[in-house]
Amino acid sequence: MIIDACGLSCPQPVILTMNAIKENKLPLEVLVDTNTACENVQRLGENKGCKVKIERLGDQFKLILSR
Amino acid sequence: MSVKPVSNFLASKWGLVSTGVVIGIIAAFLQKLGNPANMGICVACFERDIAGALGLHRVAVVQYIRPEIIGFVLGSMITAFIFRDFKARHGSAPIVRFILGAFAMIGALAFLGCPWRAMLRLAGGDINAVIGIIGLIIGIAVGDQFLKYGYNLGRSYKTYNVAGFVMPAIMAGFLLLLIFAPKFGENAPIFFSEKGPGSMHAPLMISLAAGLIIGFIAQRTRFCTMGSIRDVLLVGDLHLMRGVIALIVSAFITNLILGQFHVGIAGQPIAHSNYLWNLLGMVLAGLAFVLAGGCPGRQLILSGEGDCDAAVFVLGMITGAAFSHNFGLAGSPDKIVDGAVTVGGISQFGMVAVITGIVVCLIIGFTMREKI
Repeated sequence: MIIDACGLSCPQPVILTMNAIKENKLPLEVLVDTNTACENVQRLGENKGCKVKIERLGDQFKLILSR
Repeated sequence: MSVKPVSNFLASKWGLVSTGVVIGIIAAFLQKLGNPANMGICVACFERDIAGALGLHRVAVVQYIRPEIIGFVLGSMITAFIFRDFKARHGSAPIVRFILGAFAMIGALAFLGCPWRAMLRLAGGDINAVIGIIGLIIGIAVGDQFLKYGYNLGRSYKTYNVAGFVMPAIMAGFLLLLIFAPKFGENAPIFFSEKGPGSMHAPLMISLAAGLIIGFIAQRTRFCTMGSIRDVLLVGDLHLMRGVIALIVSAFITNLILGQFHVGIAGQPIAHSNYLWNLLGMVLAGLAFVLAGGCPGRQLILSGEGDCDAAVFVLGMITGAAFSHNFGLAGSPDKIVDGAVTVGGISQFGMVAVITGIVVCLIIGFTMREKI
């Protein structure tokens, strides 16, 4: 599943990711466009026991969450 | 020199704790050096003082261009540049954010303080702060429900870099007005209080330096008082809460050392002990902060790193402060005359404004939702 959370302000990217984890939609790709959102989604993923891989795509970040 | 180790440390849990400790110590010392009691830092009060200095309201005791606020924004801007975090963005319902800012300020001034000052009042022994913080938690808990059911103000989009500099430029302008204090005509000066809270301030350069330091660490750590409570309630995340607790503890200890801790309810400095309106004022502020995505300090930091929507929220707060004082909506402190305490509070107009604000926030929360 891909979540496009670009431009969404705190804590929307986290809520969207959390809902997807709850619904067991892993592996998950989350697109964000600020460092803050990237850090927050990474922290959520790690707290939920996911492996988090981060790729930088120009102005955006792609976080891949998996178990 | 690489900035990565600094960045990694500040993003860690110890980074947050250190941030809280530093802010608590700085705030307590600013009080020692001249800022009003339990008001080392108060974003709401300080923006209200700026509104007064510019003549947007004419309450003579709360007028001063507070360098701390300028420091927050400029410190954040400089830091965002060093760490490549600066990104000009706009377009997420600015008019709604303006209104949320105005009502957040009306709520905060009914209580007489933003969440930062609520923590500092607690650390100074003001028990009324507990009521304010309970109100804040209630407001945030209500806001969290909206977030859970799809509330959001829409996406922001990248814009011209110059747009991101507008708020820092306004702050630089405020600094020039503070330093040169020009007279624009016979009755048109920059207003500086001669008595009352507005006349009480630490030396300019110290206040500015304090603001710059806090701007730096708060930009890096994303320190947010509202966010700390929101994240605990919403996702069980203690990350930001560590910073807030560290702030309260460090300000408390520093106050004890400096002889600034005086526990009590009635007659606390620049505070009133009208429980209901302390509570409801902060319910309104907490709800408005959640709906806008950050406490007033965080909004200043965001406006320094290019977030034009946060800048609009800040301008809303300054406007709200002007309304609050022009129409007598703000809280009046308790008064002690010959040992007898007269409990302060807010006027009937203030009560109507706070309730109106809560209703407006609820309408925004219920209507601005996407299915998720």
